[in-house]
Amino acid sequence: MAEKKKKGVRLEHISKIYQDPKTHVDFYAVNDVSLDIAPGSFITLLGPSGCGKTTTLRMIAGFESPDAGEIYLGGEPINALTPNKRDTAMVFQSYALFPHYNVFDNVAYGLKLRKVPKDEIQKRVSDILKLVELGGMEARMTNQLSGGQQQRVALARALVVEPGVLLFDEPLSNLDAKLRVQMRTEIRRIQQILGITAIYVTHDQSEAMSISDQIILMRQGVVAQMGTPTEIYYHPNSEFVADFIGECNFLEGVVEGKKDGFQVNVDGHLVDCATGRDTAAGEKCKVVVRPEAITIADTGLLPCKVELSCFMGSYQNYHVRVGNTLVKIADNCPVNKKVYNVGDSAFISFDRACAHLL
Amino acid sequence: MTARGRQSARLDRRKFFGDPVLVGTIILLTLFLCLFILYPLATLLLDSVLVRQTQLYSVTALLQEEKTYYRADGQVADKDGDAIFALLSSPVEGLEDKLVPLYAKGGLFSRQATLKEAGNPLFLKVVNSRDRTVYLSVDDLLTVQSVPATYRANSRLIKKMDGIEPEDVCIQLNANQWTLDAFPRIFKDYTFNRALRNTLLLGAITGFGSLLIGLLFAYVDVYVHIRSRFAKKLFDVVSMLPVVSPPFVLSLSMILLFGRGGLITRKLLGIYDSDIYGLWGIVIVQTLTFFPVVYLMLKGLLKNIDPSMEEAARDMGASRWKVFMTVTLPLMLPGLGNAFLVTFIESVADFANPMIIGGSFDTLATTIYLRITGGTYDINGASAMAVVLLALTLCLFLIQKYILEAKTAATLTGKASRVRMLIEDRSVRYPLSLFCVLVSIFVVLMYIAVPFGALFKLWGRDYSLSTKWFAQMFREGGWKAFKDSFMLSLIASPVTALLSMIISYLVVKRKFHGKGFIEFVSMLAMAVPGTVLGVGFIRGFAGGVFRTGFLQSIYGTGLILVIVFVVRSLPVGTRSGISALRQIDKSIEESAYDLGAGSGKVFTSVTLPLIKDSFLSGLVTTFVRSITAISAVILLVTPRYLLITCRINEYAEKGEYGVACAYATVLIAITYAAILIMNAVIRRFGTSRTTGETK
Repeated sequence: MAEKKKKGVRLEHISKIYQDPKTHVDFYAVNDVSLDIAPGSFITLLGPSGCGKTTTLRMIAGFESPDAGEIYLGGEPINALTPNKRDTAMVFQSYALFPHYNVFDNVAYGLKLRKVPKDEIQKRVSDILKLVELGGMEARMTNQLSGGQQQRVALARALVVEPGVLLFDEPLSNLDAKLRVQMRTEIRRIQQILGITAIYVTHDQSEAMSISDQIILMRQGVVAQMGTPTEIYYHPNSEFVADFIGECNFLEGVVEGKKDGFQVNVDGHLVDCATGRDTAAGEKCKVVVRPEAITIADTGLLPCKVELSCFMGSYQNYHVRVGNTLVKIADNCPVNKKVYNVGDSAFISFDRACAHLL
Repeated sequence: MTARGRQSARLDRRKFFGDPVLVGTIILLTLFLCLFILYPLATLLLDSVLVRQTQLYSVTALLQEEKTYYRADGQVADKDGDAIFALLSSPVEGLEDKLVPLYAKGGLFSRQATLKEAGNPLFLKVVNSRDRTVYLSVDDLLTVQSVPATYRANSRLIKKMDGIEPEDVCIQLNANQWTLDAFPRIFKDYTFNRALRNTLLLGAITGFGSLLIGLLFAYVDVYVHIRSRFAKKLFDVVSMLPVVSPPFVLSLSMILLFGRGGLITRKLLGIYDSDIYGLWGIVIVQTLTFFPVVYLMLKGLLKNIDPSMEEAARDMGASRWKVFMTVTLPLMLPGLGNAFLVTFIESVADFANPMIIGGSFDTLATTIYLRITGGTYDINGASAMAVVLLALTLCLFLIQKYILEAKTAATLTGKASRVRMLIEDRSVRYPLSLFCVLVSIFVVLMYIAVPFGALFKLWGRDYSLSTKWFAQMFREGGWKAFKDSFMLSLIASPVTALLSMIISYLVVKRKFHGKGFIEFVSMLAMAVPGTVLGVGFIRGFAGGVFRTGFLQSIYGTGLILVIVFVVRSLPVGTRSGISALRQIDKSIEESAYDLGAGSGKVFTSVTLPLIKDSFLSGLVTTFVRSITAISAVILLVTPRYLLITCRINEYAEKGEYGVACAYATVLIAITYAAILIMNAVIRRFGTSRTTGETK
């Protein structure tokens, strides 16, 4: 059913200006954002609070109007359309279920507005409820449901109208951690089955990485980086992106050579990076390495001194000093490995493919 | 940053106007508020500065065989074409001749001429020199202009009608004049000055009295351990009674109990010359009526005070009295001011109690009423007084709403962190609760006195039971009064409830220009005393809107009474609607909107069901307020409609307290039943049952 309905979304130079309520100074909540979202893809707008991700989503839904630029849905400009005339459906952070309706009426709400015949409503609602694994719950009132179930109802309510694009506004932030993981795979599964275009807003980077085809990382109203989860994780284009998407070490150094990647001099030791930004020899730079990519041993690439050693269960957590830089290491499966204690001297090393130059 | 205010504003505007239901509602609402709240008040203001004088002019110039017409410059018109003015002379000495336009806009025949086409026989209202109204057939006058032959017939018509010569017939011409005379005049007026002084004095004493008793009740309720369930029940009843009861019930029972033939004064104490009519009578009655409001307001505030603050003071060695004076009282100060002003406004605006028990102690509200209904029909004076009264209440209202309410909210926010240790100390508990229980019993007694007043054969002399007062009530139009009051209130209540829910929805959930206006005007009605509104409606609609005849037909009908009911109850409903809507997550409506519902659909399918409780209670509150309303409607009611409250006032003025009590008894029964039904309905269909607590 979703095949013919799914639509792409295009944002052209979208800006939104707000006024600070206290100082009355205008500022850009969203600043010249251009996106092209392919039909059927799952996109995540990721960023810290106040980065403009929710505003962008609400502009697509139509609750806010952009101050510059045009939004296209399935090729049509929709700037002037009110939310009820747009082919979008949103899943809200607070679920926003109608408390005076039962599950069935909640899900059927959009269909009734579209004047769908009664028996078809019946069929489509029960189909979609089965899909979200709420079959047989039609008559329940929403306050009799658990948080996860409410979330599923909200999802079903948005899905059942077969929108051109599905919008998620931090839908999982009210759930507990375990449920959150379960629901996000669920959302991904359903999106894949229906092949629907989805735009998902979250501030949780692990959620973003596990769920999306593309991540758009935003900061202060502008797109900081856009790419697949792997790209963003391993090839961040800025310290901010690198740091936001996960724990990260930055080793300062100077570019020495550019043969098949980069050779960087870190504290007198030569470090090999597979990827990085375009730099010239002699330029100052930083080498980005994730904590889990680093191994600690008696021999290796860079000498270090252990300052913290802490057993975390699945890994041993080290803080070591390399020159003047504090480096975090997550040493996986520490059972059979040598454990270093505070004050020990050791060496760290990492694969060149895991080192990215900034 | 030039983009701001351009594209988004333009888009928002397009989206806004793309929603005809929303736009239409806002326009209609604005029109309603302007027409029925702002316009009458504006008329009052205008009336107090605009003196309308009438001057008499002879019509002979219009009826003469050899008519002379003039141009606007006073020159005699030669051709028929520009004959548009007539020169009228007045039989009154000292008045100069006047050029009157005939067909021009605002001219003598301008409106008549258009009305003629509808085929109505029209008459020009003229006055003869003996001040009797004579109607001159306009049809004839008009034909006179073109066909001189019918002119004689017209002459004969006048003679036949009243046996008077055309020379005796005069046209009454109005001349509007701007003056500020009315204000200096009323400020020199002894009656007005006394009334103003009385009003302020009354407001102040009642305000303080209610504040003291209300504070005591609130303190006892929140701080003192009351073991007796009876006492708790009693407090609940007392705090609910003024909501249920018509405004003048306490005045009636005051007279019954403490008047000249009063049960307590005469029977028990043997006082034969007790005089409760006057200031102290009103003060007692008003205090007893208004203190429960203060009690409820302060109770809410006291509950919000964190007990650990007081415990900290106690811990440092302060006595209970010291704690109250140095911690509790200062924290509550804005709240106390707020409560005082609310009572002050209520007292100043109160009409019924001063009317019944005031005796010769006139307040502004009653003086205005007497100016209009009494022998001296001084509309300018009454309007000016109404403006003064309005200015007084409006100032207090603005202070209360925008300064004190904000301060109260600022000092006492959030919830108490833990349960308060109630005072067990007997030396505190007994005297305080005893006082409160006594006051409560006294209030309840006063309410009980009313039905007995209706049941006793002759209060003061013959205390045997009889139904003769009820019989008299039904004999003298009782049924009609109940039917009319009931029907009009029944119509007003759904209208008000719906309107206030729509207003609160717009105010809380939508963004548009003029939102502040709608909120302010619908709240403004709270500050407008009923008497002022009544005078405004008379002045505003008696001759149609701006005296153009537009909407004149509603004047004197039930519709205008319904509108007054609606306007009077709107602020209460809106306030409860707004606070109910603020509790509701914005995204619930957004999700309906997002799923394809338009504004109207969102409101009816989501918003309204969610604030059903507020809607239902608005329904009943309006009904109760309407059926017990008197101050505004007493000025507007016509003999076509009998209203219970006006009947009670009538009988009380005549001294027929038996019938008045009979009416009041039935009225209390009706309002009490309405509230019982509402509670049952809310329990059965209320939102709390279906939604439970939301996460």
